[in-house]
Parts: sequence; C-alpha cells; structure tokens
Amino acid sequence: MFEAIAFYLFAALTIVMFTITVMTSQALYAITAMAAGMIFISAFFFILGADFLGAIQIIVYTGAVMALYAFGMMFFDTTRNVVEKRTNPQIVFVLGVLAAVMVVAIFVAPIVSNNIQALYPIDAAIGNTQAIGMVLFTKYLVPFELAAVMLLVAMIGGIVLAGKKMDKSLTLMAEEDIGSMDDSIEPQAGGH
Amino acid sequence: MEITLTHYLVLSSVLFAIGLIGVMRRKNLLMLFFATEILLNATNVAFAAISHYMGDLSGQMFAFFIIAIAASEVAIGLGLLIVWYKRTGKIDLDQMNSMRG
Repeated sequence: MFEAIAFYLFAALTIVMFTITVMTSQALYAITAMAAGMIFISAFFFILGADFLGAIQIIVYTGAVMALYAFGMMFFDTTRNVVEKRTNPQIVFVLGVLAAVMVVAIFVAPIVSNNIQALYPIDAAIGNTQAIGMVLFTKYLVPFELAAVMLLVAMIGGIVLAGKKMDKSLTLMAEEDIGSMDDSIEPQAGGH
Repeated sequence: MEITLTHYLVLSSVLFAIGLIGVMRRKNLLMLFFATEILLNATNVAFAAISHYMGDLSGQMFAFFIIAIAASEVAIGLGLLIVWYKRTGKIDLDQMNSMRG
C-alpha cells in the first residue's frame, strides 16, 4: 500500500519536473527542475531495494553532474530566453515511429524473458551494498576498470578543454590570432 | 494494489518520451544535454526495476556503468561547449555549420 502511494507520488513528481526541464524557456528553471527530478528518481531506486544505486544517483547526478552544469552555465548567457525553432515534420514523424516501435519492444521484453533465470541472484541474507561489491569486483571487474580509465580520460579532457586560456576571450579574437596563440603564449608564460 | 514491473516500465517509457521530445525540440545545446540526461535516467529506472523483479543484480550493474558514462559525457561535452561558446558566442545547434555538412 505504502509502496503504491510512494510510487505514484514520485512518478507524478518526476514526470512534472522533467516536463518543466524540457519545456521551459529559462535555463535556470530547467537546471533546477532537473536537479529535483534526479533526486525523485533516486526514490524509485530506494523503493526497488537498490540502496547503493540510489545513493550513487544522488551523489553523482545531483552532486557532480548538476554542479558541473551550474559551473558551465556561468559561461553562458542564461538570462536570455532560449529560442526554439520548428523542426522538419518528416524527421519528427520518423523519430516518433521509431520511438513507438522501441516502446513496443520494451513492453514485449518481459513476456519473452519469462523463461530466463538470474545470473547473479539477489541474496536476501546479505545487504544490497555488499552484494553489489561482490558482483562488481568479481564478474564485472574488467568493465569496472575500463569505466575508471574512461572517467580519467574524461577528467583530463575536461580540464584541457575548459581550463586552457581561461583568461582570454576567444570571441573577441580573430581566427588567425587564435591559431597563432599557441606559439605566442608560451614565451609570455615563461616571463613571469 | 501492487506495483508490478509493468508500472515501472510504463513510467520509464514516459520519462524516455519526455527526454525524446526534448532532444527533438531543443536547439540550444545546453538544453539538449539536459534532455540526454533525462533519457539516461529513464533507462536507469527500467534497469533497476527489471533487476528487482527478476531477482538479478546485473541490471543494477548496467545502471552503474550508465551513470559513469553519463558523468564522462557531461565533462567532455561541457568542455567542448565552453570552447565553442568562447569562440563564437553562441551555443545554437543550427549555427554549427562550419563544416558545411
């Protein structure tokens, strides 16, 4: 009973928040509504017994990803209304048909999978976090290490892309100056 | 009244549809990133629900890797977006035609 109430409450809240994110013309409303929606999403993980996933959702999405977006929005003109243009109706039609086919596939999937059995069954005796750790560091060790390398690459890439020449406005420079900046900046940096 | 797997899959597809609407109607690249985050979250809900109702931990594992991929995507994407904004002053998708594609 409580599970049903919680499910419908958080489902309504999540849908409303994400609809605001998609439909609003203000960037600040969009980022705030999305942060709220991410927290409401984590409620589903707690209802489903995936405690560790819920905690990760809050830490990574509303902690790291939202902070990164807020940091990125400092660079952009967020007070200006976002202008949207109508897209080609044929593209929208094709994408809509593809999405409908995919939804049908999602709903058919549980029917097909009635005869499958769990590879890593959930053991009620041990907690969710412990079970996750045991599966993650045995069966999924190689993907885990690959994800770690991927995050390292992303971190270095983000630093190189966003942190370089932060004191210069590339908007006000000509194309040739940007091209020759790499040569001219190095002696100056060594001077002081 | 019991919440079944179908409830969660319906919710997941509704959230996915919202994200898809966002991807199709947004021309601002920052808003496009928001819509992709919604898409990834919708799949995470479906993975966690199937993991719970099938009694298998693999679904949660896939959700973890999706979260890791989303975090990397944001870091690289925002870095590229900042460089592009510093060069052109705009983040509109329609004006990214320097390759004449």
